[in-house]
Amino acid sequence: MSNFARYVFITLVFLFLAAPLIVILGVSLNEPKRLLFPPEGLSLQWYVELFQASDWLSALRNSIVIALGASTIAVSIALPLALYIWRKQNRLAKALFGLGVAPFMLPPVISALGFMVFWITVGFYGQIGATIISHGVFLVTLPLVTISLGLEAIDRQLIEASRTMGANDRTVFRTVIFPLARPYMISGFAFAFVLSLNEYIIAYMVAGFTAETLPIKIFNSLRYGYTPVMASVAVFFVMTAVLVFGSIARFGDLPRLLGAERSDR
Amino acid sequence: MSALSDRLKDHRVAVFPTLMLLVFFLIPFFIMFAVSFFSRDEGAFFAPAFEFSNYARFMSPFFFKVLITSISLSAAAAVLSVSIAVPFTYFVTRMSSRAQSVVLVFLLSVLSLSEVIIGFAWSTLLSQTAGIGNLLVALGILETSRSFTPSLGALLLGLCYLGFPYAVLVIYPALSRLDPELPEAARMLGASPVRSFFNVIVPMLRNTITGALILVFVFTLGAYLLPQVLGRPQHWTLSVHITDQAIFQSNLPFAAAMAIFLMLVSLALVGLSTLLGQKRT
Repeated sequence: MSNFARYVFITLVFLFLAAPLIVILGVSLNEPKRLLFPPEGLSLQWYVELFQASDWLSALRNSIVIALGASTIAVSIALPLALYIWRKQNRLAKALFGLGVAPFMLPPVISALGFMVFWITVGFYGQIGATIISHGVFLVTLPLVTISLGLEAIDRQLIEASRTMGANDRTVFRTVIFPLARPYMISGFAFAFVLSLNEYIIAYMVAGFTAETLPIKIFNSLRYGYTPVMASVAVFFVMTAVLVFGSIARFGDLPRLLGAERSDR
Repeated sequence: MSALSDRLKDHRVAVFPTLMLLVFFLIPFFIMFAVSFFSRDEGAFFAPAFEFSNYARFMSPFFFKVLITSISLSAAAAVLSVSIAVPFTYFVTRMSSRAQSVVLVFLLSVLSLSEVIIGFAWSTLLSQTAGIGNLLVALGILETSRSFTPSLGALLLGLCYLGFPYAVLVIYPALSRLDPELPEAARMLGASPVRSFFNVIVPMLRNTITGALILVFVFTLGAYLLPQVLGRPQHWTLSVHITDQAIFQSNLPFAAAMAIFLMLVSLALVGLSTLLGQKRT
C-alpha cells in the first residue's frame, strides 16, 4: 500500500471515530435550544446549566460519588488479590484471577440483572450504596490487570535482598512493593473511575429510579425530547476520559499497560 | 502449630477479595439462576417456584427471530470492525511511541464512552437538522436534508463504533510484539506491501484475529441501548428484551431465563477465544 493510501485510510478511520464527537461538541455550543449543526451562535450556557440546574447537578453528584466509591472498592479488592496471585501462582490463585476478570468478559446486561435480583433479595434495591458496591465488584478487572502487570515488573531479587537485610513482610510491602505498585494502582483506579462514570445498565437496574446518574439522566431526557445540556454532558465525559487517559500516558507507560512489550526492550 | 498458622497467614491476604467476589458476584449469579425457574408475581418482583415455563416461552418463533437478529447484527459488526482494525492497528504499531500513546488515549476515550452517549452522538450525527444530511446538501448530493436514523444501517454503524476500539486493543499487543523484520524480509524477497501484509502478517495473527472477532461479537451482543436509539423495534436484540422484561414488563423470571441463555452463549465463546489465545505464541 502506498503511503498516500495509508494516510487516507487512517484519516478516514479517525474521521469515523471523531465525527460524532465533533457534532455533539458543535451542538452543545448552540445558542437556541434546538438541535442544530453547524451551531447557530456560540454560547456556553448549556455547560453553565449542567453545573447549576439542580436536577443535572444532583445527577452529576450521584455519578461522581458512585465512581469514587466504586473505584476505591475495586482497588481495595484488586490489590490484595493481585498480591496473592503474584506470590502464590497456584491453582487457587488462577481461579481467583479468572473470577476477577469474569465480570468484564460477559455482556454487562447479565451482571446487571444478577445484581438487580441480588439487591432485591437482600433488600437494598434502589439504594445508592448498592450501585457503588455493584460497580466496585464489576470493575475489579481493571485494577486487577494493571496491578498484576506492575507486580510482574518487580525484580524478585529486590525482595530477597530486603528480606536478608532483616525486613519483615510488612516492611517489605511498605518500602518495596507498595511504592513500585503505586502507579499501577493509580491507573487502575483511574480506569475504573472513568468506566463507572459512563456505566449505564447496572446503575439503571440497581437503583435507576432513586439514584439517577448522568448517563441515566441523558437517556431519560432522550425519551422526553432534546435539550442541549445532554450534549454538554457528553462533551464533559469525553473531556474527562481524555484528561484521565492522557495523564496515564503522560506519567505512565500506556503502551505497556495495554500489552505492548516494546518499551521493555 | 506455628507452621500451620504461618501457612494460614500466607492466605490471609486473599480472604477479603475472595469474600467480596463470592458474595457480590457469584451469589448474584446463583440467585439469578434460581429466579429463572421462579414464577412472575405482579405485587412483588417474583415468587419462588420451580417451573420451566420461562425457558419454554423463550423457545417461541418470536424469540427465535430476536436471537437471529442479535446474532447476525453482532456478527456483521464484529467482521466489519475487525477487518478495519487489523490494518489500522498495524499502521499504529509502526508509529513512534509518542504517536502511539496519543492514538491509544483517543481510542480508550472512545471505548470508555457510555452507550447512552454513543447512541445520542450518532443519532445527532444522522439527524435531519444537525447531521450529515446538511453536509450532503452543502455538497450538492441531496436536495433537502433528511434523517438517516432509525435504520438498520445506523444501528450497524453504531455497533461498529462500539466494537472498533475494542478490536484494536485486542489486536494491539500481538501486533506490537510482531518482529518488524518479518514484513521487511517479505518485501526484500519481492512481495508488495499489500501481499506481505496478507501473506505474512495476517496468517501469523490468525488466532488473535479469531479471538478479536469472538470478543467483539460478545461485546456487541451485550449492546442494549443502541438498538433502541438507532434501530427500529424489529432490530431489538436479546439484550434489549432482557432489560425491557426486567424493568418495564416487570417479568424478572423471564428476563433471568434469557440472561442465563445469553451467558451460556457468551461463556462458550469466550472460552473458545481463551483456548485460541493460549495457542498463540
